Amino acid sequence: MAPILDINKLYKNYGPVEILKDINISIEPGDFLVLVGPSGCGKSTLLNCIAGLEEITDGTLAIGGKDMTHVSPKDRDIAMVFQSYALYPTMSVAKNITFGMKVRGVDQATMDAKLRDVASLLQIEPLLHRRPSQLSGGQRQRVAMGRALVRDPKLFLFDEPLSNLDAKLRVEMRTEIKKLHQTLDASIVYVTHDQIEAMTLATKIVVLKGGIVQQIGTPAEIYNNPANLFVADFMGSPAMNLIPAQASNNGSGTQISIARESGETLVLNDARNLSLPQDVILGLRPEDIAEAGFRAGAGVQEAECMVDMVEPAGADTYVVSELGGKQVTARLHAETSAQAGKTLNLAFDMSKVSYFAKETGERLN
Amino acid sequence: MTDLSMPQTQTRSQSNTSKIALRWLLYILLGLFALYYLMPLFVMLTTSLKSLEEIRTGSLISLPREVSFDAWKTAWSGACTGIQCEGLRPYFWNSVLIAVPAVFLSTLIGALNGYVVAQWRFKGANIIFSLMLFGCFIPFQVVLLPMARLLGMMGIAGTIPGLIFVHVIYGLGFTTLFFRNYYVTIPAELTKAARVDGAGFMRIFWSIFLPLSLPIIVVTVIWQFTQIWNDFLFGVSFSQAGTQPVTVALNNIVNSTTGVKEYNVDMAAAIIAGLPTLFVYVVAGKYFIRGLTAGSVKG
Repeated sequence: MAPILDINKLYKNYGPVEILKDINISIEPGDFLVLVGPSGCGKSTLLNCIAGLEEITDGTLAIGGKDMTHVSPKDRDIAMVFQSYALYPTMSVAKNITFGMKVRGVDQATMDAKLRDVASLLQIEPLLHRRPSQLSGGQRQRVAMGRALVRDPKLFLFDEPLSNLDAKLRVEMRTEIKKLHQTLDASIVYVTHDQIEAMTLATKIVVLKGGIVQQIGTPAEIYNNPANLFVADFMGSPAMNLIPAQASNNGSGTQISIARESGETLVLNDARNLSLPQDVILGLRPEDIAEAGFRAGAGVQEAECMVDMVEPAGADTYVVSELGGKQVTARLHAETSAQAGKTLNLAFDMSKVSYFAKETGERLN
Repeated sequence: MTDLSMPQTQTRSQSNTSKIALRWLLYILLGLFALYYLMPLFVMLTTSLKSLEEIRTGSLISLPREVSFDAWKTAWSGACTGIQCEGLRPYFWNSVLIAVPAVFLSTLIGALNGYVVAQWRFKGANIIFSLMLFGCFIPFQVVLLPMARLLGMMGIAGTIPGLIFVHVIYGLGFTTLFFRNYYVTIPAELTKAARVDGAGFMRIFWSIFLPLSLPIIVVTVIWQFTQIWNDFLFGVSFSQAGTQPVTVALNNIVNSTTGVKEYNVDMAAAIIAGLPTLFVYVVAGKYFIRGLTAGSVKG
């Protein structure tokens, strides 16, 4: 099947300032693509380019197999949900939802039928005659989604739709959007700066920084095999531990030494036969460091570490220790006996380690 | 305890009396100012209701002994402006014919301009807006000659459409400013959403922006109506016999009387000429303040 969205060598400049550089993205029908990155990375600009609200400087863009590079937004067969919801203040909920159809000259019967379908899908029937100013944040969010759903477009665009909601409602709506995606089998492009939203919703994630794509992949790929230090640090909470280390190949595997301010150098062995430069950054997720005895596997190695801090978080307890001059977080089970100021045997799962070049930050393994 | 509480209550009652005294002083002062400013209106009203005989013999601020509306009748339909003696009536209608279309057009075009400058940020939008703003500060006298030449070239010199044209052009600076500042507070995402929904430039204006604009429309209409109705300079420069607005006619009535000066007719004419703006303020005044202080629109 043809890709539903195909972006090829897209560039976007504002005057002399390059906002987006050489963007190449392609998604299949039914994909849930999340554009994620820190604020100012160009993700919203990219979404506006896809919508046609911003002209692109160079490159091509196709939706549903048709070239849309210079087509106006209304002819792109898209629907968009905005951060501020952008409901029309003087129109009732029903009029908000049907405005697009009215502009297009759809007949009244079809409009009523579609309105009823969408209203029941989103459970907003009792609100249809209210004004947007009479709705709560969550209700406005639903209406905004209704306005998009009623179009039944090839592609849905979401611009940080949950960032104006409080934490509890955000999680609820997140689940609801995921459910909608599954029931409708819709193709979605979704912008967020929240990496948890990205992980939970996406079938495909694009990590952006400074207008440049850092990595494209499934949530698992992005999480387990980050392409560079930025992605490793940005995705995951608490963040991946990034520890400066020395590597040497001893024939049958790789020996890693990590300097410690307190006490002797920590030496770990990675069974994988990797050709690494001497100076590397070792990346290990907090959940890949456990208390000794609680983690088994071929790559697991135990070592005694000084515990600097213990942070109970209910389901888990986080333990912080100093390694290679960095505060390293380990995710331990809740009933751990770890105590600050005492030593503890930690198990490092070396099979999960990512290595990054010290200068470029690129992934090495 | 009682010893201690005594001086306290004393100071409290003292401060209470001084507060009340201050309050009364304020009221009296305000009352005096109100009287001072109402005085001319009072003199105008009473004089217009007196007969010429009574004006000559009586005092300026005394009430009329005998109320007579003859002066009003003369001012409306019989007073002489130069050689014609038709009163203010034809000129009053001239003013209506000038003010109503000019207010409507300048408000509508100002709304469109403001919408474009605020929501469709094209290249040079800020420069164009600054230039329009500059138009608010150009003294009218500067443009009299070029404007007379332009009206002549367009073939509408001395006509009512010509005066409408002049007032629309000179109103645009202010009306654009009003609407632009109002529309700037409306989130740009609203326009974007409507564009994705398929609405074009005019559709978005009619269906989304105009319905939001009532407060600022009221402000603009009051402002423009007052400006255009009260205008004298353009009225006297760009009109000819038969197309003069009421302000010019009033001037002619007052200045062209021969023999006895009919103060009662002059006063009545002045009140008639000022009534429409007074009426607009009374009817729409509360919207005026509300519109001026209206901030962002909550979605």
